Amino acid sequence: MLRASLKTHPEPNTGDAPATIVAEATPSGHAGISVVRLSGASALAIAQGVVGRISKPRHAYFRSFKTSRGTVFDQGVVLYFRSPNSFTGEDVVEFQGHGGPIVVSTLIQTCVEMGARMARPGEFSERAFLNDKMDLVQLEGVADLIASASEQAAKSALGSLTGIFSKAVNALVTSVIELRIYIEASIDFPEEEIDFLAEPFVLERTTLIEAQLRQILKQAEQGRRLQVGFSIALVGSPNAGKSSVLNRFSGQDSAIVTAIPGTTRDVIREQLLLDGYPIQIADTAGIREATDAIEQEGIARSRQTALMADLSLWIIDVTALDLTPLNLSRSMLEQQLVSAEAVLFKDQATRKRLVVLNKLDLLPESTQRALVDLLAADSDTFTVSAKTGLGWDHLLSGIKRMVGVGDDSESLFSARTRHIVALSEAAHYLAQAKKSLMAGLPGELMAEDLKQVQVALGEITGQVTSDDLLGKIFSSFCIGK
Amino acid sequence: MFDVIVVGGGHAGSEAALAAARMGADTLLVTQNIETLGQMSCNPAIGGIGKSHLVREIDALGGVMAEAADAAGIHFRVLNARKGPAVRATRAQTDRQLYKQFIRARLENQPGLRIFQQSVDDLIVEGDRVVGVVTQMQQRFMARSVILTVGTFLGGIIHVGLNQQSGGRAGDSASNRLADRLRELPFAVGRLKTGTPPRVDARSVDFSTLTPQPGDQPTPKMSFWSPDGRHPEQVPCHITHTTEKTHDIIRAGLDRSPLYSGVIDGIGPRYCPSIEDKIVRFADKTSHQIFIEPEGLSTHELYPNGISTSLPYDVQIDLLRSIPGFESAHITRPGYAIEYDYFEPKELKSSLETKHLNGLFFAGQINGTTGYEEAGAQGILAGINAVLQARGDPAWSPARSEAYIGVLVDDLITLGTLEPYRMFTSRAEYRLILRQDNADQRLCATARKFGLLSDEQFQAFEQKQEAIDSLKGELKSALVFAGNAAVDAVLREPMHKEYRLSELIKRPEVNLPDLLQAAGRSLPELDVIEQVEIEFKYQGYIDRQTQEISRLKAQQGLVIPLDLDYSLISGLSNEVRQKLAQVKPENIGQAGRISGVTPAAVSLLLVHLKRKGGLVKRAATI
Ligand SMILES: Cc1cc2nc3c(=O)[nH]c(=O)nc-3n(C[C@H](O)[C@H](O)[C@H](O)COP(=O)(O)OP(=O)(O)OC[C@H]3O[C@@H](n4cnc5c(N)ncnc54)[C@H](O)[C@@H]3O)c2cc1C
Ligand SMILES: Nc1nc2c(ncn2[C@@H]2O[C@H](COP(=O)(O)OP(=O)(O)OP(=O)(O)O)[C@@H](O)[C@H]2O)c(=O)[nH]1
Ligand SMILES: [Mg+2]
Repeated sequence: MLRASLKTHPEPNTGDAPATIVAEATPSGHAGISVVRLSGASALAIAQGVVGRISKPRHAYFRSFKTSRGTVFDQGVVLYFRSPNSFTGEDVVEFQGHGGPIVVSTLIQTCVEMGARMARPGEFSERAFLNDKMDLVQLEGVADLIASASEQAAKSALGSLTGIFSKAVNALVTSVIELRIYIEASIDFPEEEIDFLAEPFVLERTTLIEAQLRQILKQAEQGRRLQVGFSIALVGSPNAGKSSVLNRFSGQDSAIVTAIPGTTRDVIREQLLLDGYPIQIADTAGIREATDAIEQEGIARSRQTALMADLSLWIIDVTALDLTPLNLSRSMLEQQLVSAEAVLFKDQATRKRLVVLNKLDLLPESTQRALVDLLAADSDTFTVSAKTGLGWDHLLSGIKRMVGVGDDSESLFSARTRHIVALSEAAHYLAQAKKSLMAGLPGELMAEDLKQVQVALGEITGQVTSDDLLGKIFSSFCIGK
Repeated sequence: MFDVIVVGGGHAGSEAALAAARMGADTLLVTQNIETLGQMSCNPAIGGIGKSHLVREIDALGGVMAEAADAAGIHFRVLNARKGPAVRATRAQTDRQLYKQFIRARLENQPGLRIFQQSVDDLIVEGDRVVGVVTQMQQRFMARSVILTVGTFLGGIIHVGLNQQSGGRAGDSASNRLADRLRELPFAVGRLKTGTPPRVDARSVDFSTLTPQPGDQPTPKMSFWSPDGRHPEQVPCHITHTTEKTHDIIRAGLDRSPLYSGVIDGIGPRYCPSIEDKIVRFADKTSHQIFIEPEGLSTHELYPNGISTSLPYDVQIDLLRSIPGFESAHITRPGYAIEYDYFEPKELKSSLETKHLNGLFFAGQINGTTGYEEAGAQGILAGINAVLQARGDPAWSPARSEAYIGVLVDDLITLGTLEPYRMFTSRAEYRLILRQDNADQRLCATARKFGLLSDEQFQAFEQKQEAIDSLKGELKSALVFAGNAAVDAVLREPMHKEYRLSELIKRPEVNLPDLLQAAGRSLPELDVIEQVEIEFKYQGYIDRQTQEISRLKAQQGLVIPLDLDYSLISGLSNEVRQKLAQVKPENIGQAGRISGVTPAAVSLLLVHLKRKGGLVKRAATI
């Protein structure tokens, strides 16, 4: 007879209502407070799990925020808006905490553990719109918002992973799929002499994946703690003005500036806040063909820093380009940049980058004006003077856009929270799969849990389409009576 | 003027015609040859993994396949017995003649159904509607809806070695006129291929060296409705294996294989490859398993399962004789491959009505599937919808969470298929809920509503449900107390306080019959106990899937108009736009399942529909 009894996530029962969603909804320019919004039929129930009983709509409760294990991690104000009188038209709870990013992500994670799902970029607005909470004027923007937000999310889903992390996650997904191939093949082809469920390697592999997953989760959590902010690398040729740019960011003489090319020999890091978001910025040695061993090492570190950073600012001495108001055109500029880039970065693929043409003040007025006009609408090439501060605000707003501060789109930070949430979810299902395997429960249960592991990891890799398990089974085993 | 005309009396056609007539429609079944009604073109077996799930669902909808399998089954096995109730499956080896007889008797005795032997050569089209068919003898039959279930017959070409001839299957002629006509209509047509092994005279086989494989005891039943004692005499199957020599012979014959010399371009099923395919693709395997299955009780013919081939006849003989037990085998019918036309299933609605022509339904192999069960499942669905359409009622199709039939149809119309599509349990994301044992719970109420079940059938169903509910109630209320030695023995540990039976049954090591007995309770029917036990033991999993399903249900309820202009939706990539325009999903749920359509794209679609005021919520059919 059959033997199985396992608990799953305690998802509140909400009938056919759409999932309750959660995300950070901090308005821009509000450093110091963070707002997390929960929306959906079980918003109130979940919120009560975090802060205890609240009931009155539109009443500000001052409460401690607790994890699902009961640990207090922040204090703040909680507001409940009852459907339909809320931003989305659904039941909404807003948490306003003091906490920085870690507290925010703990809050989000706690809500997820209690049955919420992380909202997709633009999803609050989408619901507001679908529930008739937006007027015609606001309405026009919604589609654009979702389109651009999703594009950005797709970029940041993988873009926010360092190369090593993304490799590890992909390797994990591959191992899970491989294990699923064995399990599903055993289930769908019982007469093919390929029944693996009882084979010891199934448990071995499960254990291995568990260790792999635990390792990645640890790394991700560490990464979030160490590097909660956005990391920016300043790279370019010697003397381009990288150290000067760093000093303008930090507002002090963090790095030595001289007219001698090759001044900076090692990576110099600074922490700063941009609209309340922590940013880590790194000045690096100028890249050139160096003979000196110390400089060579410095340059290797520059490349590595650029590779690991969330964003590289590629600093170029604009006077080194051949620009006059007459010859100035996009294509000519791009051509010069391409050849310069080839020298600087060789075939190293930099991920996100902005081009910063520095020393604008040294160009003749007319060329300056022509150049600024030419690049006015460009979102990834900027002209500045590190010395005078010319063009600086424009550059800052460009960076903010990349960081995702202040708009409704997915910020890098929430992308990282999403990863941790997804990894924890995967770990939960994997533990359950292992448990049922060891207890000798019917194989279909382990199969179900492993499927959920893959679904959870798919949130990170952004894979939405089915993975053709059957196809993989057919190419791995000789099937066919 | 008929309500419904069904063309083709195979597995899809039989279910379609019976369902339509049971619903009270005036139905005509036109088929090439009355002698071949219900004929099994290939393996005389019904059921298997994923397939027996379909058979049970057809059965719950009042179809004939499961009952025929019970009446004709001469060897039954339960597969995946230990892997869990959801993936457990039943497979019946049948007597080909008994099977056909049962189907034919059911068809001939069905009130409201008329059978006519003729080939259909043409459809009568008026505007965007099909209103009838024209036979080979130029007779015209008119109908409100027409169902095509012509199997492997459209432009069928049979290959044995490099020799090829026209045919719908061995012994039957192909439907070439109809194929030509359909190619003129706006359907996207492709070619698929399948094959069958040579049949062997049992008297020429030496069974003494072969491993017998008896059927399961007690013999399981396929149908909810079969009376006890319906099974005929049970016989064993046997197992043998190919040898290195077999593989050498095959390799030497490859230059005359239509598959490997480029003669066949239709795509064959990967899970049902020919023996030459297996040897080429898995060259390092030195032996392949062969199941030797009897073709029936009244014949000596055997079906050697696992060596489907289209190699030339002389190679077939040599390879067969290199197999232990077959040293002096006599071939009664050569194996062959067949290529045939199929239609892009993305051009179908979930009712199996074509999007191009109203009133025309496609079911079975012509939609790119393979297998009797897959054909029967589509047949019954098309039969139901042809009647609904003739009456002007809304169409019905079970959701993916409701039936394997729903998974089958949704996969076909949403993803299309490039190879013959066969059902597997891994295709069903709600696998733990779509079980063989609860097909009746999932579908009988709907079947009753459509008039597909008789009074007796529905009463039997209701009685079972009552018994299930009462047992569930009993488990939730009945207490057992510390010191109950009989219950302690079942638990394998002493109780220290009182428990409800419903708490104890959740323990993995406890089984329900033992627990009931120990607690001094009476034992209801086994199928009732099984149901209740699964529900309690799987509760956590079932609850989670139920949650997901309620979301799916909400999405299924958001209807997308068939004529939506996808080029007007801003923000969609061209690729996504093309995919949506090709499939024309019926609702938001289906849109999200199209490969490459992201959640963001679905959001954009929703926003667009809402903006256009076209977002209609309809009660979903779950
Ligand atoms: C050689 C071969 C090998 C196969 N191998 C496998 C296998 O390995 N595994 C598997 O699962 N399935 C296999 N099948 C497929 C299985 O036979 C089919 O999936 C199943 O029979 C399809 O059912 P159907 O009702 O769609 O069509 P069919 O069973 O083919 O029935 C079609 C019916 O339509 C009738 N008909 C055709 N044209 C006309 C017309 N113009 N007018 C009137 N009547 C017409 C025919 O006489 C026939 O009765 C094989 C089939 C063949 C031929
Ligand atoms: N006029 C002008 N001079 C600048 C500007 N930015 C940097 N400089 C000068 O350019 C020289 C090099 O500046 P650094 O900031 O040291 O350049 P760097 O890129 O860090 O150089 P290395 O560390 O050697 O790779 C110094 O003499 C700076 O004063 C600017 O915007 N305008
Ligand atoms: Mg420097």
